[in-house]
Amino acid sequence: MNRRKLLQLLSKGAAAGAFVKLSGGLAQSKIPPSATDTLKVLGTTLREYGERSEFEKDVIRYISPNLRSRHTGADFTPLEKLEGVITPSSLHFERHHGGVPNVNPADYRLVIHGMVERPLMFTLQDLKRFPSVTRTYFIECAGNGQNGYRNPPDMTLTATRSRGLVSNSSWTGVPLSILLKEAGIKEGARWLIPEGQDAAAYIRSLPLEKALEDVLVAYAQNGEAIRPEQGYPVRLVVPGWEGSIQVKWLRRIQVTDTPVMSKDETSEYTDVMADGKIWAFTWVMDPESIITYPSGLQQIGRGFHEMRGLAWSGHGRIRRVEVSLDGGRSWKRASLEPATDPLSVVRFKYNWVWDGRETVIMSRAWDEKGNTQPTQEEFFAKWARNNRYHYNAIQAWRIGADGKVINGDKTLAGAPAQLGAVGRGGCGGES
Amino acid sequence: MRRKWFYLALLALALSALVLAQGRYQIGTPLNEKEVQEWNIRPSILANGVGLPPGQGTVDEGAQVYATHCASCHGTTGEGGAFTRLVSEPFPITKEVDAVDFAIGNYWQYATTLFDYTRRAMPFATPGTLSDNEVYAVVAYILYQNGVIDESEPMNAKTLPKVQMPARALLELDPTTQKRFPWLKLP
Repeated sequence: MNRRKLLQLLSKGAAAGAFVKLSGGLAQSKIPPSATDTLKVLGTTLREYGERSEFEKDVIRYISPNLRSRHTGADFTPLEKLEGVITPSSLHFERHHGGVPNVNPADYRLVIHGMVERPLMFTLQDLKRFPSVTRTYFIECAGNGQNGYRNPPDMTLTATRSRGLVSNSSWTGVPLSILLKEAGIKEGARWLIPEGQDAAAYIRSLPLEKALEDVLVAYAQNGEAIRPEQGYPVRLVVPGWEGSIQVKWLRRIQVTDTPVMSKDETSEYTDVMADGKIWAFTWVMDPESIITYPSGLQQIGRGFHEMRGLAWSGHGRIRRVEVSLDGGRSWKRASLEPATDPLSVVRFKYNWVWDGRETVIMSRAWDEKGNTQPTQEEFFAKWARNNRYHYNAIQAWRIGADGKVINGDKTLAGAPAQLGAVGRGGCGGES
Repeated sequence: MRRKWFYLALLALALSALVLAQGRYQIGTPLNEKEVQEWNIRPSILANGVGLPPGQGTVDEGAQVYATHCASCHGTTGEGGAFTRLVSEPFPITKEVDAVDFAIGNYWQYATTLFDYTRRAMPFATPGTLSDNEVYAVVAYILYQNGVIDESEPMNAKTLPKVQMPARALLELDPTTQKRFPWLKLP
């Protein structure tokens, strides 16, 4: 081939490979051709409210295609696509009972009444004048884990669908104890009945003792106003307790001597136990952990990997997380990133070299009170198989010889063939 | 001039001491009972019946209300449709019953909850549009469909709190909760 022919080829846009071959063994550049383009042009301008990169648009909440309505139900935080411990506000899981209300902060009022000396009404500005507290707390739906319940196990399970009904934020607000003191609690009062400003006028019962301990009337999430989906402009944050009691769009708190036994603390958010009893007021979230990398539907190669995951407990600080690389036969201690607050999610990590052999990996967490996660068998020895809430059994991931990661949970002996049907019954399922 | 600032500072200190002595910040607008009720447009119905309004409704009247406002989502007789079942067997549930079949007659533990929830949150797309009499009536109809009350029994502030739900016998307090709040009793 002469030089002229070569030029012709190039002008026709012939493959770079041909060029390399022809020009005497020059290796193809290791640098992507357009990797330096941004050095040569002006970027975009200043903008008043930032957006993430256009290349990150697939990091989104998971909304099941089987939902009957998007005005009620839940969507999931994409756990395996996030790092650190703070959930970006736009990716905090959602759970609504009558859609997201559009509350104008100028019209916002919170009224505390019932067994109080002085019924009081607060504007948003009033609430912001009180001494404030900022803490990092997880919020978890009691139905989290329901997708991990199925028997036989769901082979398309991801970390998102297994445990994505948990999110972790920095919350700022006024301690509810301050507002209650302002109104003056009457002798004999035991309960608070907080009510939301949504179409469901959502209500729950909350013991006064917990409210005086650490409950926040929050107006900020990760430094800015709470997102509408999370309760704008004001919500309750009830540290360590199930998400459903942390009433969003808070408009009213009635102080009483009895609980209300509302629909969402009787027909939902009650637990069916293995002895057939139904437990009420199962408020505290038991310890949980999940490996987010490698996790369901991911693909890995041989060599070094930093195994990563999340752990949290409503009983207190996470003290220890262990990982197993051999299907639960042996356990190794993972390292923990320091957590700022006791009821925050913590990030755990474990340095690991994968040798290419098929294996099952799992994690389990302990909190400062000594609570840990059950195996699936242990969980179902205590809870009934049609129970919808508080599933916190160890999640396993199977890594195939090809590096593909899938659900590693076992098929449970003696369970109904289609246990997955329970997924239709509550917030943690997908239909 | 300097002395004036000194006295002002002293006054400010005294005022803040007063506020802190009371343990209050003097923020918020006091409301009288009438003003509270103006805000309380979805009053909570407690399990003992406190909060139930005057009025009543019968099973027959409830059938009409149900057909008009509820059947399109919950099925002609409460068997479920696009949305939740309201009527299902067995009474009460067992640990073998699929959670999708948890309904009012076999899972709900307090009849008052049915009034509270229906008035506060139903019909789903137009909450708060039923009158108190209509709510009593549709509650009566649903309880009747579930075999919990007789056809002739009207529901009102007196009769509804007395209705015994079959699943109440299954309800217990979470032992962890009981340990932490020893005074707590389920109604």
